[in-house]
Amino acid sequence: MKIVYTDSLVIGAGLAGLRVAIASRMRGQDTLILSLIPSKRSHSAAAQGGMQASLGAATRGEGDNEDVHFADTVKGSDWGCDQVVARMFTHTAPKAIRQLAAWGVPWSRVRAGDHQVVVNAERVTIREREEAHGLIMARDFGGTKKWRTCYTADGTGHSMLYAMGNKAIELNIPVLERQEAIALIHNGDRCHGAIVRNLITGELVAYVATATTIATGGYGHIYKVSTNAVIVEGMGAAIALETGRAPLGNMEAVQFHPTAIVPAGILTTEGCRGDGGVLRDVDGYRFMPDYEPEKKELASRDVVSRRMTEHIRKGKGVPSRYGDHLWLDITLLGKEHIEHNLREVQEICQYFLGIDPVKDFIPVRPTQHYSMGGVRTSRTGESAGLRGLFAVGEAACWDLHGFNRLGGNSVSETAVSGMIVGEYVADYCEGATLDISTGVIRGFLEREDAYIGQLVNRSSGEHVYELRDAMQQIMMEKVGIFRNGGQLQQALDELKALLRRSQNLALRNRIRSSNPELVDALRLPRMLKLAICVTKGALQRTESRGAHTREDYPERNDRDWLKRTLAYWKNETDEEPTLEYEDLDIMQMELPPGFRGYGVDTAIPHSDTARRQQQIDEIKKSMPDADRYTLQTALMPFELPAKFREKNERIGVGYA
Amino acid sequence: MSETVQSQAGLGRGGGRHLQLHIFRYNPQLPGDQPRMQTYEVEEREGMTLFIALNEIREQQDPSLQFDFVCRAGICGSCGMVINGRPDLACHTLTAKFPDGEITLLPLPAFELIGDLSVDTGKFMRAVSERIEGWIHSADAEGVDINRLEARMDPDLAEQIYEIDRCIECGCCISACGTKRMRPDFLGAVGFIHVARFHLDTRDQRSDDDWYEILGDDDGIFGCMSLLGCEDNCPKNLPHQTQIAFLRRKMALVR
Repeated sequence: MKIVYTDSLVIGAGLAGLRVAIASRMRGQDTLILSLIPSKRSHSAAAQGGMQASLGAATRGEGDNEDVHFADTVKGSDWGCDQVVARMFTHTAPKAIRQLAAWGVPWSRVRAGDHQVVVNAERVTIREREEAHGLIMARDFGGTKKWRTCYTADGTGHSMLYAMGNKAIELNIPVLERQEAIALIHNGDRCHGAIVRNLITGELVAYVATATTIATGGYGHIYKVSTNAVIVEGMGAAIALETGRAPLGNMEAVQFHPTAIVPAGILTTEGCRGDGGVLRDVDGYRFMPDYEPEKKELASRDVVSRRMTEHIRKGKGVPSRYGDHLWLDITLLGKEHIEHNLREVQEICQYFLGIDPVKDFIPVRPTQHYSMGGVRTSRTGESAGLRGLFAVGEAACWDLHGFNRLGGNSVSETAVSGMIVGEYVADYCEGATLDISTGVIRGFLEREDAYIGQLVNRSSGEHVYELRDAMQQIMMEKVGIFRNGGQLQQALDELKALLRRSQNLALRNRIRSSNPELVDALRLPRMLKLAICVTKGALQRTESRGAHTREDYPERNDRDWLKRTLAYWKNETDEEPTLEYEDLDIMQMELPPGFRGYGVDTAIPHSDTARRQQQIDEIKKSMPDADRYTLQTALMPFELPAKFREKNERIGVGYA
Repeated sequence: MSETVQSQAGLGRGGGRHLQLHIFRYNPQLPGDQPRMQTYEVEEREGMTLFIALNEIREQQDPSLQFDFVCRAGICGSCGMVINGRPDLACHTLTAKFPDGEITLLPLPAFELIGDLSVDTGKFMRAVSERIEGWIHSADAEGVDINRLEARMDPDLAEQIYEIDRCIECGCCISACGTKRMRPDFLGAVGFIHVARFHLDTRDQRSDDDWYEILGDDDGIFGCMSLLGCEDNCPKNLPHQTQIAFLRRKMALVR
């Protein structure tokens, strides 16, 4: 029995995981990162477009601050997020980006003077201020009032991941590559680490830790086509679910990005539309202004994806052998802009489509992109069911995004929540002691070893790729952008049948060491459990909120559904999760539910909304001279680690 | 030694070309396993990349076949392999590129073999970062006040840094390097481009003397024979030779 002990164990070496590990290490704790792959290959690298932080240095960002970023984030979430978390996040985002600047990210900078840009398909001149020259620049993104998305050309995630990865190397943090956590070690209500399989040798090792942090990203590949990297299969969330104790939050909240290329499903960044690109239909007609006259192509992602799907259903899609699609047109941005600021997009078009976006339209279609759901945590990032278990980034439902995430807020969340949760993880490590018997550890190791043995020895049974394909097709066809009760029920029944069949998987390559089929076979039942959580959550949520759209319940229903779904897998033999619900308390909100500004307001209001609004109005009236910080604290106080509480400076306004 | 796995029934109905993929096979974890070439037949479809073809082989013909893909979009650098004699990223290689439909795939040389087409670039790249101390060296970095306006940077400089910060550590330059074959400890283009990136960055306070300690010998910048393998085979088209020439001249002026 091989056991490795550490203080802080981090599973996943993308931006969020690295940042937590860096925090632990800087606080003097022994820290280990486990990763399926080399850290710098993590899916964080795919964030092309940018990181939201309210620096307000760009001219079109003037007047931006935490309050505006907060309001955009809450509206974007369709009031499904935790507003206290949104405050913690928007307050810390400027600090995160400035820290990353010091660590080496070559953020694109403000260039003083006149610039020709494309806004609403027209060339306009914007003058950048002399006094802002050399500060961090920002671009426009969907669903935001200000230009707030900071970037390095279109390689933001890559630059951030390399800077963060290099910081971890500087701090001498070991990243153990090609290691997969296949179970969490837990006893009572406490997590003690993970059972980890070496993907090369097949060896199982117990990593025992005071604090264990899941930073494994989303669960995109329960869908057949996803913009996500192929390793994004939700395993961190799944092993948390399998403890029976740790709930997953809002698993039905799945985002579809408007512009993935057809058929490969590779993303073209929102920066294409942020920089002035438009969407066109089979006739070359720009249709978004008809649906969303105000924000047009830059409405929130869920809105644009729905409108595109509606338009295709009206027969306006471009037919192709891979199904109907629409066109993304960035030709109007010009060669120089595309070659400088959208080069990755150009490369993707050249390599995967054989076209040049300087002169050709790009075939695009809404495609699974982001998982708002994940391991449900408290505001400190700790699991709602297991002490000593933390989750961060896309793997977590910290609940910054509610039912729809804004573009630029995910890569931002990785760095910001990594900073914040990293401090709470370090606090936990300082306060807690490791208290576990080797008997418990041995029990988990033997259980996993026996399961793998069974799998490798079974001579006939189900075929892993056939079952996985069936699951992915069900999710695409029945749990996609538009959902309805009948299809969701069918999907649930079919997924449960697949889960039963997956108990009888047989391998063709029956070895325990490096074996891709074994890896997939170990993941499949876990992916099915996640798919079932998504589907059941979607079936029970009889409303439409953010990215979750029910054709049979088109209204947002605050009266009955202003709540977060919690999915528990209570017994190993269960075929579906037990769903519980956590109310979002309007009386504690800084921004009570309102109209997002898309289409027509059909929301069914909650009785507390008017009461809370009145209360807020009274508080505001009673403090006529209060500055925005004092007022904010009076409305909804929030906590942060001491080192992140101070105000943020901005050009022209100082700390106001 | 070569063996052919017949395509499954059903393949061919789509009317596409029949591709022959000749793939290096060897699993060091399997006692007694011998290196060999194995041929698979795949029916080509429109827009097929090696990512699609290899996964189809694994799922339908041979589940033991090892290879690495992560982003499958040409940005993470996981899938470098030698494709018909040249190192490149498999994910962004369209099968239509090969007129005769014959594709030979070998693992990247110069890296530890994990199995079949999978090699350990992670360990190598981490060692490169440690050797060149590939992070910002600044006396005041830790003391930086993250509440205040960030230090300004010239917009042109930021763009120039990003230009050479685009390396994805895929390892193609190392596999294509003649010097690396002769000198096992040669730093290679991936190391040089990282050094050039930090050398250019005004936030990094290292002097040319400091860089000389890292680069100033035949395992460093003076070992390069200028065969241009790195530049010719870089999937990101990075300007390796310009950067190497610049660093060599800089270092030659130090002592």
